[in-house]
Amino acid sequence: MLRDITIGQHFPGNSLVHRFDPRLKLVLTIVYIVLLFAASNPLGLTLSILFLAAMYTVAKIPLKMIGKSLKPILPIVIFTAVLNLFFVSGEGEPLVHIWFLTIYAEGVRYAVLMAVRVMALIAGTSLLTYTTSPIVLTDAIEQLLKPLGKLHFPVHELAMMMSIALRFIPTLIEETDKIMNAQKARGAQLDTGKMTERVKALVPVLIPLFISAFRRADELAMAMECRCYRGGDGRTRLKVLRCTKRDYIDLAVCIACFAVILSSRLVFPNF
Amino acid sequence: MGYSPFRRGAPPERETKMNETILTAENLKFRYDVSDQPVYALDGVSTQVKRGEFVAVLGANGCGKSTLAKHFNAILLPESGKVYVEGMDTADDDKIYDIRQTVGMVFQNPDNQIVATVVEEDVAFALENLGVPPEEMRRRVDDSMKMAGIYEYRERAPHNLSGGQKQRVAIAGVVAMRPDCLILDEATAMLDPRGREQVMQTIHHLNKNMGITVVSITHYMEEAAQADRVLVMSKGHIVMEGTPKEVFSQTEKVRSLHLDVPQAAELRDELVKAGIPMPEGIIDTGECAQALYELLQ
Repeated sequence: MLRDITIGQHFPGNSLVHRFDPRLKLVLTIVYIVLLFAASNPLGLTLSILFLAAMYTVAKIPLKMIGKSLKPILPIVIFTAVLNLFFVSGEGEPLVHIWFLTIYAEGVRYAVLMAVRVMALIAGTSLLTYTTSPIVLTDAIEQLLKPLGKLHFPVHELAMMMSIALRFIPTLIEETDKIMNAQKARGAQLDTGKMTERVKALVPVLIPLFISAFRRADELAMAMECRCYRGGDGRTRLKVLRCTKRDYIDLAVCIACFAVILSSRLVFPNF
Repeated sequence: MGYSPFRRGAPPERETKMNETILTAENLKFRYDVSDQPVYALDGVSTQVKRGEFVAVLGANGCGKSTLAKHFNAILLPESGKVYVEGMDTADDDKIYDIRQTVGMVFQNPDNQIVATVVEEDVAFALENLGVPPEEMRRRVDDSMKMAGIYEYRERAPHNLSGGQKQRVAIAGVVAMRPDCLILDEATAMLDPRGREQVMQTIHHLNKNMGITVVSITHYMEEAAQADRVLVMSKGHIVMEGTPKEVFSQTEKVRSLHLDVPQAAELRDELVKAGIPMPEGIIDTGECAQALYELLQ
């Protein structure tokens, strides 16, 4: 069950999307999210989704991966859609009126748009993590946040924490599996029973996990000290990120696409 | 930001300090909790390690051998007494990174000492900390990965490697600093026999061909039998010291310290007890077989 987590999973590859400079990719992903909300008419959303589909095709990420990444957030999508359905009041006659619930045509429109937007948002951000290795992504974040360091924001520490967290996710998942098996061997029932029982049954799994995580942290800190770790000042990197001409061309293409999507909203506000 | 070797503390001047001894402990005392722990983890330990030597440290659990190891690269500082690394006092705050660069340390659990999510990035970690410029870093990282025999895994994620491979990644990460001395704190304890053999091969290679001094804390007598010198610790003291032959020939004394002797030494001992005249100082399987062969003839 723990191995099904796909958010943050990386699919190594050598496509245009994979090789794109991670800093630009990260910024463009954020711009894309903003765009989804800015160009909120059906036409704008359709174009945004087409753009995303094109990117997925270029990156050669199987489409079923989108489905996989959407699965965990389906409840949230349904929840927001339902809220929109009932609480958006429009003009004219309501479509349905049952007891205290009224549904307007406007509500249906908003619900559909919102659901599509959230799904596009997740699929878009998943593309970033699918095509960028976590360590490269951490590097990109560190470099993008660097200006904040002048304001005494702990940029390096944050990046270090992120990369260590990423490094230990598989280790801790493996350990959780082991502890769960050990507790099952002692008669713990983790998969059956009522919700409250199952939550309670997790306590004997979580406590050993936490204790061992603290121990690991202790040892890791010592190992890092042994290797002369002393914060971010004066550190050099093995791999230095550099934007090439190709990156700038890719960037220009993406900006052009985004501009088209945004202008579609302004030119055809009624679609 | 230009690279200057002096920005993060100058590397130790090795050419001028080719002393015979590399590590010195003088009447070392240490307690983990000074206020309410009367027992000393180290109670007056004095020892020296020579350059290029391979020293094995043995002892039952809680005898203070890991504590001693952690004093040699200033992770722990003595309560009283002195520790010198190439003449540098470990209590000297200004020298701390020179000391850690001179004495590299490898721990028991490979998982808990690998920092990065890619093998080569982890090997580069120490060099990144030391502010080595990227071109030189690349060269040194590649060199130490080849030395540890993990070059082919350089782009893999550490969690997909076997225990022995992971531990060699950790060793490569330390060797990349170009240390003069390597301390292994039960570095093979969590490995399967094959992984252990791979790691020991790597370490012997570093010791013999690169001239790196090795201090290996271990529970495996077969590993200790291959060392140049063996130290046996008990209750914070060094109780036995000498070549593996000298130490392991005293089978009774070693046993009384809750330690095993290598199987060959044990066999020789039993045979002598049974009245068969076996020569002294047999500690490895080859010698034992040879002696038996000669007896049978």
